[in-house]
Amino acid sequence: MAVLPVKFTKTKRDKLAQVLWILNWISVITGAILFSLGLFLKVEINKRKELMAERDIQYVPNMLIAVGLIACAINFLGGKICYDCVDTTKFLRWKLIMLPYIVCTFFFTSCILVGALMCYSMRGELEESLDLGLSAALKFYKDTDTPGRCFLKRTVDLLQIEFHCCGNNGYKDWFQIQWISNRYLDMSSKEVVDRFRSNVEGKYLRDGVPFSCCNVNSPRPCIQSQISNNSAHFNYDHVTEQLNLWPRGCRQALLDHYTHIMQSIGLTVLVIWVFELSVLTGVRYLQTALENVLRQGDPESESDGWLLENSFMETARSNLNIIKNLGKCNQVDTANNGDPNINVPCTSKATYGPDNVPLQQPAVTS
Amino acid sequence: MPLMPVKFNLQKRVKLAQGLWMLYWVSVMVGILIFSLGIFFKVELRKRSEMMDNNESHLVPNLLILTGLVTCAVNAFGGKVCHDSLDPMKFAKWKPMLKQYFTGCVAFSAALLVVALLCFLMQFSVYLTLAEGLKNGIRFYKDTDTPGRCFMKRTLDMTQIEFRCCGNNNFRDWFEVQWISNRYLDMSNDQVKDRVLSNVEGKFLMDSVPFSCCNPGSPRPCIQHHLTNNSAHYDYDLRTEELNIWTRGCREALFSYFSSMMSSIGALIIFTILLEGADMAGLKYLTTSLESMSDPENPECESEGWLLEKSVKETICEACAKAKALIRPNQVTEGEEPPAA
Repeated sequence: MAVLPVKFTKTKRDKLAQVLWILNWISVITGAILFSLGLFLKVEINKRKELMAERDIQYVPNMLIAVGLIACAINFLGGKICYDCVDTTKFLRWKLIMLPYIVCTFFFTSCILVGALMCYSMRGELEESLDLGLSAALKFYKDTDTPGRCFLKRTVDLLQIEFHCCGNNGYKDWFQIQWISNRYLDMSSKEVVDRFRSNVEGKYLRDGVPFSCCNVNSPRPCIQSQISNNSAHFNYDHVTEQLNLWPRGCRQALLDHYTHIMQSIGLTVLVIWVFELSVLTGVRYLQTALENVLRQGDPESESDGWLLENSFMETARSNLNIIKNLGKCNQVDTANNGDPNINVPCTSKATYGPDNVPLQQPAVTS
Repeated sequence: MPLMPVKFNLQKRVKLAQGLWMLYWVSVMVGILIFSLGIFFKVELRKRSEMMDNNESHLVPNLLILTGLVTCAVNAFGGKVCHDSLDPMKFAKWKPMLKQYFTGCVAFSAALLVVALLCFLMQFSVYLTLAEGLKNGIRFYKDTDTPGRCFMKRTLDMTQIEFRCCGNNNFRDWFEVQWISNRYLDMSNDQVKDRVLSNVEGKFLMDSVPFSCCNPGSPRPCIQHHLTNNSAHYDYDLRTEELNIWTRGCREALFSYFSSMMSSIGALIIFTILLEGADMAGLKYLTTSLESMSDPENPECESEGWLLEKSVKETICEACAKAKALIRPNQVTEGEEPPAA
């Protein structure tokens, strides 16, 4: 009992081949889209790699890039095959390759699905990487004279300006680190020395934030220093003042940004996966229909196309048997005491031609 | 004596028609490009209209949009004529319109020249509007409670951050205006009262700039207040400190942005004029070679194509005479009988 059989006339088969040729070329384009999506994600991650700690997140864009390239190649070959399938003689060229091609493409489409699911699973690793990376970046904000970290201040400032965020979780992160370098602190001033001494680790801590935390939407000029001191500023209450600084933390802002990108990419890859699967189904129908035509012998006749020749359970059983027998080819048969040289009588019927008359032994003439 | 005659056989005519058809489609693409650049320019002017005192002139982008549409239409028509030119039946449809089409094309190229000139000359008007608009913008920075000006602070801050500039000419423009609203000044404080009284117009002036003037590339945390007072900050000298705040003025920054946009659009229009000239020349050759075929029934025959039927001087004289006849149709020439009453 074939799985989902469909009858195909000659014109239907030709049309199917032509449509599949066009669809395969569209799939080449979608493969190129996959490749460029992977490249885009890689570029986006590398743009902010200064703010991310070392974590294994490059595997997602790399997977997308590889899958995109392979999809282009496979669908290019598929297009070539379908183009030749219109002509039964040309089909003979591809007959032996088609079934392995279909099996390979089926496993490859599962790779596309894995790629799509990976996009959604990357979030946890990314959050951890951003958390560690941002706290390190805030710690090294003041080290503009240390080689390798000179531009961290600029990167963090531009990040806070562009993503409308402040600090790691919020603006209070800046209160816990020294973000003004000792080069710009007057060590002879009593106030500065007091502040250093009041702190266990000897850091110059203030309740102030860098200018990049300032919210442009605030109706009053930005209050950056003595933020928690209400009396230092006229008509100011730091509990009710919401528009002065950016309220969001940069980790949350970056995570939202990347999650949004990855969700769109994941959705696109899922759509491409469904498309590839449908093209593969069409190619399978075309292959079975053409093989049946060849079996029947008449290229103009109708033929059946199906997904699987027998039901799913029988196909699975027969494939398992084939795999089992592959493993048995070197095994010795123990029926004849382990001796493979004993003559085993022929169990198959000999064929003696169309009228099944055994050969007459020629008379021996002396 | 025709101007620049060229002999054509069938193959040459077919090649010319095909090449010209492609050229016309390239011209249609260029027309679409001009149209979209016009829209982009209009959107950019709208985005920054607050910096230009809301009275910037939209003449150039509107002209560009119109020009783009007309270019598309003219060149699509030319492409259709080319496509039909090798089929005598279809070509006969278009033959009577060709003369008007050519005059239209010449007039259109002249209009394109005017548009290109405007692209270059209107930059002065943009400069003046920017100067006025930014001056007012800085004055109204503090008026975040006045309807109609609530968002001036936000717009100016974002402009200074995006274009990396400070003030109108430079950062000292901020020293001359009160950019902190009275709502946030403690009028009972002696220092504040002294500062307000020390100024003729009663404004609270400081040698400080808003936070949006800060340069993120500076190695030290931004110094916004007491800029001219070197002793107020450790290891600071205003004259040598270049990375602290943006040194460029916003007028110069915005003007260079708009002027580069307008100059490249002007260059594109000049390229379009040349392209239109090439299109017209090609079409003239094609149509004259088709018309001058000695044997219309035989497509294989040779024919001659030219740019102008007579030399340039004679064509201009004829055109002038025709124009004169149009203007003064009732004038009687000497020796003629006056028309019967």
